[in-house]
Amino acid sequence: MIEVTALTVRFAGVTPIDDVSVVFPGGTCGLIGPNGAGKTTFFNVLSGFVRPAAGTVTAFGENLLKMADYRRARWGLRRTFQTEMAVEQLSIFDNVAMIHEHSGAKRSARRDDVLSAIEFVGLNANPSSKVGRLGARERRLVEVARAVVGRPRVVLLDEPAAGLPDEETGHLSAVIKQIPERYGALVILVDHDMALVSACCETTAVLDFGKLIASGPTAEVLRNEHVIRAYLGTEEEL
Amino acid sequence: MSPLSAYLQRGVAVRATVAVALLAVALFVLPHTAGADWITTFTSVAIYSVVALGFGILYGRVGMISLGQVALLTIGCWIGTRFAYATSLPFPFLLLLAGGITCVIGVLVGLPALRLSGLYLALITLMFAGATTVFLSVNDFPSGNNGFLGKASTGALTTSTPPVRRPSWAVADVAYYRYTVIVCAILFLLALVHVSTKPGRAWATIRESEPAAIAAGVNITLYKLWAFALASFVTGVAGCLLAAQVGVPRAITFQTQDSLTLAATALIGGIFSIWGAILAGVFNQLLPFLFQAQWGLNPNFLLIIFGAGLLQVLLTAPGGLVDQFPKDMASLARLIFSGFRKLPRARGTEK
Ligand SMILES: Nc1ncnc2c1ncn2[C@@H]1O[C@H](COP(=O)(O)OP(=O)(O)OP(=O)(O)O)[C@@H](O)[C@H]1O
Ligand SMILES: [Mg+2]
Repeated sequence: MIEVTALTVRFAGVTPIDDVSVVFPGGTCGLIGPNGAGKTTFFNVLSGFVRPAAGTVTAFGENLLKMADYRRARWGLRRTFQTEMAVEQLSIFDNVAMIHEHSGAKRSARRDDVLSAIEFVGLNANPSSKVGRLGARERRLVEVARAVVGRPRVVLLDEPAAGLPDEETGHLSAVIKQIPERYGALVILVDHDMALVSACCETTAVLDFGKLIASGPTAEVLRNEHVIRAYLGTEEEL
Repeated sequence: MSPLSAYLQRGVAVRATVAVALLAVALFVLPHTAGADWITTFTSVAIYSVVALGFGILYGRVGMISLGQVALLTIGCWIGTRFAYATSLPFPFLLLLAGGITCVIGVLVGLPALRLSGLYLALITLMFAGATTVFLSVNDFPSGNNGFLGKASTGALTTSTPPVRRPSWAVADVAYYRYTVIVCAILFLLALVHVSTKPGRAWATIRESEPAAIAAGVNITLYKLWAFALASFVTGVAGCLLAAQVGVPRAITFQTQDSLTLAATALIGGIFSIWGAILAGVFNQLLPFLFQAQWGLNPNFLLIIFGAGLLQVLLTAPGGLVDQFPKDMASLARLIFSGFRKLPRARGTEK
C-alpha cells in the first residue's frame, strides 16, 4: 500500500501537484489525467528526481522520500519512463541483469531470474542480441522485464502502451495484469488508453491540473462526471 | 548448455583467439622483422593505445569527455621518474606507484564531472591539461637525479642526468618493448574485465540516461569516479612505462595539444571498442614516425588528416574505423560475390 498525504510540488510558476492525498491500495492501480496533469511529476517524486514542497509518501510503512534516489531501486522501486530508455549498447540479457545486479537480489539466482523475467513479458528474441537492434514493441517489453526483475515492491509504468498498435497493447495488458500476482508488487499504471487502464486496474486515481479529482474502483471513476468533464474539457481545448 | 551461453562463449573464444594471435605477433614476430627505430615506435604505440583506452572508457562507456588524458600520462611519467630517482624500488612497484597516484589525481580531476558534462567538462579537463604542462615546464620536468624533489645542479637536460631505469632483465630496447607490450596487455585485460561485468553495465546505463541509471539503482557518483579511477590508473602506469622508454623525459615532449590529438585519434579508431584503442595508438604514434622518419614529410600534415578523419567519423561512422572497416569489407565482399553470382545468371538469360 502507498499512502500519499498532502503532497505538493512547485516549479517556478506552476504547481503540477497541488495538495494531493491518495491511497494506492495494492494490485494494479491506474493513474490518469489529461496532458500536464502531473502524473509523470508524481512518478518523479517517488523516484526522488523531484523534491516536493510539502507532503509525505509512505510505501509499505516506510518513508520513501527519506531514501537517497538510487537506493530506492534496492528497496524495490522500479519504473519505466515515458520515453523508452532501455540501454542500446547492452544486450537484452544485460539490460535486465544490470537491474538485478543493483537490486540486492541473490547473485546465484541472477541468470534464472533474468531469463524468467524475459520469458514473463513474452519476448521472443535472442537474449544476447543488442537492444539497439530491436523494434519499439520489443524495447517496451525489455523495459517491462527490467521493471519486474529482482524482487520489485512498487512498479511504476509511465505510458507503456504509447505508440503501440492495438493488438500489441492487448499483449502488454495481459502482462501488466499478471505482475502483482507473479511478483507480489504494487503496480501504478499511467496511460491515456482508457481501454488498457480499465482492463488492468481495479482502482484508479485521476489528476487534473495537479488536483486529485477522483479515486476509487476504476469503473466508478470512469463514470464520474468530474472525470468526464476534465477529459472533455481538454478535448475541447485541443 | 543453453543457446545463450553457447553463443556468448563462441564470441568470447573468437575474440580471445584474435587477441592472443595479435599478442604473439607483437611479441615474437615484430622484434625479429623490425629495425631498432621501429621497435621504439611500437613501444610508443603500445603506451599510447593505453591512453586511448582510458579516453575510450570515459567517453565511449560512460559518456564523459576528458581532454586531459595526455596530462595524466605526463603526471604518471613524472611520478615514475621521480620515484625511480628517489628510491631503489623494483620497476613493477614504480608502475604501481605511478598508476596509484595518477589514479588519485584523476579522480580529483573527475570530480567536476559529477556536476558538468559535455562541452564544460571538456573545457575543464583541457584547462587541467594546460595547467599540468605549465606546472611541469616551470619546474624543470623531470629535474634531474637528486631524491624525490631535488634538482640537479647541472640542470635537467644535461647528458650527465642518468636515464630512468628499466627492469633489470629488460634493459635493451627489444626486451623493453616486449615488457611494455605485456604490461599494456594486462592493462587492456583489466579494462576488459571492467567493461564486461557490473561496472561496464552500470556505465552503459549512465551513458544512456542518468535518470534511468538512478532509477535502476546505480550510484552515479561512485561509478563515474570509478571510471575516472580506472582510466587514470592505466594512464599512470603507461606514463611510467614511457618514462623508462625515453630515459630522460622532457617537458617539451608533452604538449597540451597532444591531449586533443589523442582524443581525435581515439575517436577515429573507435571509442566503443577495445580494439579501437589499439588502432588509436597506431594512428597517434606510428603515423608520425612514418611521416617523419620514413617518408620525410612534415608530421604537422597529420593534424589535417586527423581532422578530416574525425569529421568523417563524427558524420558517418560514430563507431570509428574499428566498427566501420569490417562493415565496409563485408559490403565489398557482398559486392564481389553478388557480381560472381550474377554472371552465370546473366548468361542464362541470354540463352
Ligand atoms: N522540471 C520541470 N520544471 C518545470 N515545470 C515542469 C517540470 N516538469 C514538469 N513540469 C510541468 O508540470 C506540469 C505537469 O507535467 P507532467 O509531466 O507531470 O504531466 P503529465 O501528467 O505526465 O502529462 P503527460 O500526459 O503529457 O505526460 C506541466 O505543466 C509541465 O510543464
Ligand atoms: Mg507524463
